Amino acid sequence: MDMKLNLSEAKIARARELAVAIVNPVMEFVEAHTSLTVERAALRLAGADGADADGVPVPNLVVDQLKGKLENGALLYYINALVKTGETVEGLNAKIAGGLRVDEIPLGDRGAIEKKTAERIQAFAERVKRNRAHREAKLVQYAGKNHSPMLYLIVATGNIFEDVKQAQAAAEQGADVVAVIRTTAQSLLDYVPYGATTEGFGGTYATQENFRIMRQALDEAVDKQGRYIYLTNYASGLCMPEIAAMGALERLDMMLNDSMYGILFRDINMYRTFVDQKFSRMINAFAGVIINTGEDNYLTTSDAVEKAYTVLASQFLNERFAYAAGMPARLMGLGHAFEMDPTIKNGFLMELAQAQMAREIFPEAPLKYMPPTKFMTGDIFKGVVQNALFNFVSQATNQGIHLLGMLTEAIHTPFMQDRSLALENAKYVMNNMADLSSEIQFKPGGIIMNRAHQVLDEAVAFLERIEQIGLMDAMEKGEFADIKRPRDMGKGLDGLVKKGDEYYNPFESFLKSELGLER
Amino acid sequence: MIIRPYGDTLDDGAVQLSFTLPVPEGPRGREAARIFMEKLGFKHAEVVHSHAMAEGYSFYVAYAKTEIFVDYDAIHIEEATGEKVYSMNESCEVIREQLGRKVVIVGACTGFDAHTVGIDAIMNMKGYNHHYGLERYPEIEAHNLGAQVPNDKLIDYAVKVNADAILVSQIVTQKDVHIHNMTEFIELLQARNLRERFIVIAGGSRIGNKLAVELGYDAGFGKGSYADHVATFIIDRLIEKKQDY
Repeated sequence: MDMKLNLSEAKIARARELAVAIVNPVMEFVEAHTSLTVERAALRLAGADGADADGVPVPNLVVDQLKGKLENGALLYYINALVKTGETVEGLNAKIAGGLRVDEIPLGDRGAIEKKTAERIQAFAERVKRNRAHREAKLVQYAGKNHSPMLYLIVATGNIFEDVKQAQAAAEQGADVVAVIRTTAQSLLDYVPYGATTEGFGGTYATQENFRIMRQALDEAVDKQGRYIYLTNYASGLCMPEIAAMGALERLDMMLNDSMYGILFRDINMYRTFVDQKFSRMINAFAGVIINTGEDNYLTTSDAVEKAYTVLASQFLNERFAYAAGMPARLMGLGHAFEMDPTIKNGFLMELAQAQMAREIFPEAPLKYMPPTKFMTGDIFKGVVQNALFNFVSQATNQGIHLLGMLTEAIHTPFMQDRSLALENAKYVMNNMADLSSEIQFKPGGIIMNRAHQVLDEAVAFLERIEQIGLMDAMEKGEFADIKRPRDMGKGLDGLVKKGDEYYNPFESFLKSELGLER
Repeated sequence: MIIRPYGDTLDDGAVQLSFTLPVPEGPRGREAARIFMEKLGFKHAEVVHSHAMAEGYSFYVAYAKTEIFVDYDAIHIEEATGEKVYSMNESCEVIREQLGRKVVIVGACTGFDAHTVGIDAIMNMKGYNHHYGLERYPEIEAHNLGAQVPNDKLIDYAVKVNADAILVSQIVTQKDVHIHNMTEFIELLQARNLRERFIVIAGGSRIGNKLAVELGYDAGFGKGSYADHVATFIIDRLIEKKQDY
């Protein structure tokens, strides 16, 4: 890739050093802890699924039974129950849903438990590897058919069957990525609902069955359109790792997964989030899922010009947290957004500088670029122009994943025609200037180059400050997105558990070894 | 005065429309679009563009003329603020001179709504579109509780800080969930005998003054509203209240 901004390599290296120094102490805490949802995720990987008559999912039933014993890991008791009852996972799940208590079954022979665990790990690993092989084969079969950047569209009807129709229409119109938005407030549920769902507000429940239904629908679209369609959902909120587990099992291709988003924007406790994000990202990494980080959200509460450096700093931290979870750079869809006030003189130049800077600093990452939302007014005609400029920047700086801007942003959830017009806009701009990026250079000492240097300098200074006070203190002080989050507040803290000396989670050990995280 | 939409000649009644029909693109679809507009009462309906969007769906851009008119003089508007809207400095001056104390305002995006963009535009220091938010007003003590705040928590907080006014923001809503949520807020206030204690204001992209007042709020602010409008309404209402005593 052409390096056009003459960014200081020493400063970029310094920022990465600081990110390591900031993230390492957090990871020490993470290693020593587990959480309710990490345990439930491990159970799901082992095959726990289904729900009781009241709709309480089997993984929750098991973990609820084990209150006070979770320091040993829930898996031990679930696998023990498999061994002792001689049931298949399906049989055991049905019994648990019917009231069986795994905590009341005396622990049996350790060797038998370990042998059974190894079987379950193998079944999981084979399924996920089959999923990855399928994706990779389709990407080879339809090589060169996706747009670059990949065009990303959202569906959010609340009803998975209606979502399917809209997703297939989006695929037919040219989308490369279809994201199903979750229903409002699912991020605050401490369980994942079970089965197909048709009632959601502003989105559709993320359930394993809904994942399966949408995957099947998009697989039909893949062969019909002759183009791989990436399915996306959210691995965030109080069930981050469980949803990552479901995504791995049902072959999702991308998941929204940010190391700090839940803390800042959903008021989830920071200790809990840091523990949950690690396990979720290990699962994502093993499944070959591209994560999308949420830096765009900073700019909805803070000013995009003044606080541009917080976006870059957060990208460095998200990158570091992802490396710490064994994720390769090619799966890191680091986020940013086109959110400057359109009335600013030369605002476009600053947007171009920011996007090109991110491209040069994270050369392998499929950067996730988000469209204007904050300054979309309801004037749809102006909105089309704003989106065209956004499309221009994205193409000119070779972004990876391009969320299409809707002309009706700030008015309603998109009509089918809004998506179609957005795709036409992007395809026109991106085709019309396909090779512009390799034709342009930036003027040394000019507005664009200076702006990029300034933002990098500010990001390094900001990271220096965070490193001094520590990440958790920094979040308490409101250094990110102007939002203050006390470390002992927020949702989900009571679901955090210190691992005991006998903590048993061979899925975690397996993932660490597969991802090269074992020392 | 009788008015109609203006294209390029007074009273030509020219209107542009765009819409989707759940049928394939083609002559039959275009004719369906034209007939649809005639049924709406338009004259000279003309489909100027159509394209296929997805299997079984087509998009139309059309122009048409209408003879329908509006009597401009007979219109009553129901905006919360009148002609005079205070700037930030004017607001603070009026507070100092007429009220002689700080005005306390609590706001939140309530229920399941996670979108703070509306309440932030009104309350955050930075404000929106070159209109500073209430946090910046030296004479206003503003508390922005953020997103997904349960209605009863918002009320508890308003009582705790002895608020003058409560702002309820609802941005992303579907199936009219915002109306349900806004109604519940007023019912909770009434159940706790607190409705008269606060000036209660609703805001959001799909909320107007008329709707908010119907639901029992003192005022509603929709698109194009800034902190200036909200502050003006609250200050004027507080002065009125003071004079009532």
